[in-house]
Amino acid sequence: MADTAATANSEIPVVPVDDGATDGVRRRDFINIAALSTAGVGGAAVLLPLISQMAPSEDVLAESVTEVDVGDIEPGQAIKAVFRKQPLFVRRLTEAEIAAANGVSADSLRDPATLDERTKEGNHDLLVTMGVCTHLGCVPLGAAEGEVKGEFGGYFCPCHGSHYDTAGRIRKGPAPTNLEVPEYAFTSDTTITVG
Amino acid sequence: MSFPWARQYEPKTGLTKFLDEKLPLPRLVYNAVGAGYPVPRNLNYMWNFGVLAGFFLVFQIVTGVVLAMHYAANAEVAFATTEHIMRDINWGWLMRYAHANGASFFFIVVYIHIFRGFFYSSYKAPREMIWLLGVVIFLLMMATAFMGYVLPWGQMSFWGAKVITGLFGAIPLVGEPIQIWLLGGYAPDNAALNRFFSLHFLLPFVIAGVVILHIWALHIPGSSNPTGVEIKQESDTLPFHPYYTAKDGFGLGIALLALFIMVFFLPNALGHADNYIEANPLSTPAQIVPEWYFYPFYAILRAFTMDFILPAKLWGVLAMFSAILMWFFLPWLDRSPVRSGHYRPLFRKFFWFGLIPTMAALFYLGGAPAEEPYVMLSQIFTAYYFLHFLVIIPIVSQIERPEPLPYSITEAVLGSDKKAVLGENAEPAV
Repeated sequence: MADTAATANSEIPVVPVDDGATDGVRRRDFINIAALSTAGVGGAAVLLPLISQMAPSEDVLAESVTEVDVGDIEPGQAIKAVFRKQPLFVRRLTEAEIAAANGVSADSLRDPATLDERTKEGNHDLLVTMGVCTHLGCVPLGAAEGEVKGEFGGYFCPCHGSHYDTAGRIRKGPAPTNLEVPEYAFTSDTTITVG
Repeated sequence: MSFPWARQYEPKTGLTKFLDEKLPLPRLVYNAVGAGYPVPRNLNYMWNFGVLAGFFLVFQIVTGVVLAMHYAANAEVAFATTEHIMRDINWGWLMRYAHANGASFFFIVVYIHIFRGFFYSSYKAPREMIWLLGVVIFLLMMATAFMGYVLPWGQMSFWGAKVITGLFGAIPLVGEPIQIWLLGGYAPDNAALNRFFSLHFLLPFVIAGVVILHIWALHIPGSSNPTGVEIKQESDTLPFHPYYTAKDGFGLGIALLALFIMVFFLPNALGHADNYIEANPLSTPAQIVPEWYFYPFYAILRAFTMDFILPAKLWGVLAMFSAILMWFFLPWLDRSPVRSGHYRPLFRKFFWFGLIPTMAALFYLGGAPAEEPYVMLSQIFTAYYFLHFLVIIPIVSQIERPEPLPYSITEAVLGSDKKAVLGENAEPAV
């Protein structure tokens, strides 16, 4: 439009904002916004590797699956294994311990769960939990022979006095939740794979 | 800067007013690299490389801090942790390749920055202190880069450390005790690796400190420019921001493109394959070479093959260190009142047909095997290198008849001072 007008009457000075075909977008603004956006997106993209490099590396992730042989654990006995650099408690419960765990109503607990929910079908006598107190991360006592098992015969955390029962459930003390049951599966009758 | 027309910082918001009273950091930035720093309007792209060098220092510190999170400076595991970074750490390969190639690019931009200084005589009064601090930065960079190359604990790392610390063994009487003291042993081992890592982490921050002094010293006379004529009036200058932030930003984009072409497609092109073999104190690689950015000085070191009063080894070491330390005296070796090579016909010829080919040859020869004809060529070019600075530059500056200088930067750009409408070009067009 502006160009036609200029040709039609050269006495009328036409002063285009830029080159006359800008549709209200100036070249300089466009370059400015495009350059700053590119730099901004690029700068943000740089954050991805810088943040991600601190996450667990491939070799750490490779250690995140652990196999445990549970065949030799006698009732009343427990073993400690290592899962993701943390202690894992595997305990074969006695009849009396199973009865004690089932003898309390789950609804009355701080973190309601039954023994059946916390163990695998067909192996309700095998309790697999992390050996990490849910309060502040200490290792509770009770897995090794002769250790204090606390008021409820399960585990006892000596740091701040949390008592866990024979199903690894929090019964007394400051811990907020039951001992964590990690994801695991029986890969044979006597072997579990954790993680 | 002290130019009376420099724009004044005016805090507008409550927060910046508060800050300006308590800790005027925004004012400092505004006056250092913002609109408050008037810069000659005629700077060409050679003036990009100071900002680029500053960028690469930060780049090396960021990638280096990341690598230090995953690396262990222990001779037993150093090589393994380097491979661990390459294979296991998320983006570890990117961080390491960026750091290794970043070092090369840091040296590329610093070499261009230094040779810009040679051509335009940026070292002359009143900018001697900027130049001296710059040489200090270059020496610190060389020390840092050398120690960094030792850390992966490959064959080149180990034998590089042995050869370079062996240079100190050339010092008469105390040389060998000094070498043993530097290494903390009789050969590079855990003690050396640990102290090199400690210093490799420390020195970049020392460099950053000297860079601050370098920029501080720069801001007293202001930037030099391609004509070498000092700023006389407001029309000779433009505010640093947005004019040179934009120009430097463009240059930075090009530099990063080049860097990441190397990182993604040729990550090991500037390195040496032998450094992917773990350090072995019982087997020397067929040819030991330093990183490419040390080649000219390595060529000078190897050029001395005959005893003459002093042992050849000592001559080589002295020459290598003198080749850089000599730069400290450059402001007083070059007595010409004219700065820019554009107005110095004889100086310019020696620069393009003497110094530049010599440096190119020394770069090539430093990486060549220690045999003929490379040794003789190294000797010839080493001789020219010293002649250039110690004899040719002082003589040329005495006998040369410089070409007429423009009256001002404005005249050099616009043809006449009258064409400069004050303020017309000083305002950023928004």
